[in-house]
Amino acid sequence: MSIPVRSREDTSASALHLSPRMRRTLSSIGWSLLSLGLFAGLWEALWALGWINPLLLPPPHMFFSDLGRTLTFFDHEARRIGSHGGAGALVGLLTTIGWTSFRVVSGLAIGFALGVTVGALIHYVRIFRNLVQPLVLMLAPISPVAWLPVAIFVFGVGDVPAIFLVFITVFFMIVLATVAQIGSVPKNYLHVARIMGATERQTFWRVILPAILPSLFMTLRLNLFAAWMVVLIAESVGVGIGLGQITSMARATFNAKLVFFTMVIVGALGFTFDWALRKVQQKMLWWIQPGQGGI
Amino acid sequence: MARPALSLRNVSKVWTPEGRAQVEALRDFSLDVEPGEFVVFLGPSGCGKSTLLYMIAGLEETTGGVIEQDGVPVTEPSAERGLIFQEASLFPWLTIAENVAFGLSIQNVPPQKRKEIAEDILRSVGLGDMFDKKPDELSGGMRQRAACARALAMRPKVLMMDEPFAALDVQTRAKMQDFLLQIWQDSKASIILVTHSIDEAISLADRVVVFTARPGRVKTIVPIDLPRPRPARDSRYHEYRDMFAELLADEVDRAFAEQEAG
Repeated sequence: MSIPVRSREDTSASALHLSPRMRRTLSSIGWSLLSLGLFAGLWEALWALGWINPLLLPPPHMFFSDLGRTLTFFDHEARRIGSHGGAGALVGLLTTIGWTSFRVVSGLAIGFALGVTVGALIHYVRIFRNLVQPLVLMLAPISPVAWLPVAIFVFGVGDVPAIFLVFITVFFMIVLATVAQIGSVPKNYLHVARIMGATERQTFWRVILPAILPSLFMTLRLNLFAAWMVVLIAESVGVGIGLGQITSMARATFNAKLVFFTMVIVGALGFTFDWALRKVQQKMLWWIQPGQGGI
Repeated sequence: MARPALSLRNVSKVWTPEGRAQVEALRDFSLDVEPGEFVVFLGPSGCGKSTLLYMIAGLEETTGGVIEQDGVPVTEPSAERGLIFQEASLFPWLTIAENVAFGLSIQNVPPQKRKEIAEDILRSVGLGDMFDKKPDELSGGMRQRAACARALAMRPKVLMMDEPFAALDVQTRAKMQDFLLQIWQDSKASIILVTHSIDEAISLADRVVVFTARPGRVKTIVPIDLPRPRPARDSRYHEYRDMFAELLADEVDRAFAEQEAG
């Protein structure tokens, strides 16, 4: 693995003519790989020393080596007829990933839109605040696991309860974060808006919203991780296809390799989604320097 | 005599914080500010001079008395009474030119027109090549000039400043004072500047209003009878400085005694 390190001699942009931005990207990729490699290496070493049981904690090379067989678990058609599929397995994996991602994105999007709206209403409408804020504070600490049966009672089995569970996990936190962020907009920004004659509506769209946008993005990113965590629980009951369904099957059949393989997939997906959000964030929050405000 | 630009009659302010004792910030404060006059509010910290500024701006309500601008009671904020804070408080998500045009865009001035106005004003405050910069790319002094430009774009009748140069270093401060006299002469607005710096008061003011310690009242009003610019080595400048130092020392002592008592 090579990490681009700038030596003292090549001050003139090096032989590769990399821009500083490119350098930063490469260096960040390098460090990510190193971080991952270190963890995997440690695991492998523990296995090689015989300190861990490969049946319970199979090291990476083991759960990656048997890829063909592992992938068949994702292939619903093949599983149904009991054959060992080839190309169908990969399609199966992608389908599974697609369904789980769909539930994460839907739940998160609904949770974010409604959460920010309710947060803004709590801030602006006194009666709404008095009625709703205590409820939000009481419901916020309830674990998504407790909502799981509720989701099934109300929505039956299928996609909707899974999306609901993701939604309910992120919703309260986003409401509370929005209320706090609106409250912490610098007073002088609001004074400037009032002096210039801005209406409440103008002040919200043109001052408050841009002022809280950086922290809203941060809230969204943190809740993205929460959404990925809870979607596995949601999918462990009553959905046909999904990564959660795979892990719960793997647990039932004591298939450690499949458990770890799925964990790798979820980790990679979560990382990728966060990376994508960060890119959007950099574009939208043009005024914030990279390296500030969590960008 | 012409009608004053601002007229304060027996203005008082009592804060009633939740669950704590009332604080009387300002008591029976009366003052007239003439059109185009440069008035400095000088006083120890906590004497209510900033509070008074916010009440003139319409951002705070009085608990007694009347504030009138051009004979009309002040009930809400207006761009005719611009206010500049210690921090420039520019919006970081707008460019400098967009910040200056913010008030115009709120008042639905067409984009082309407000761009012209903003750029003209920015040129006049010496920020002609900063239109598309982000606020955090500017130095503190430049940011404060951009904040002045934002207020001036609304053609205010009264321009108020709440310790606008307190966060700047000494050299920048001196430059900013020259700059302020320049825009004062160009804009013909009345200026009220709040400061606790005696030198700033003497260098800038037509009249200095000295505040008592809390509750703030008019201790005395001193016209500065010196031609501008006012170099600090002038002997009469020193006389003014000694006089203000003495006036303030009394009030600072009182403020300290009160703080220690309560």
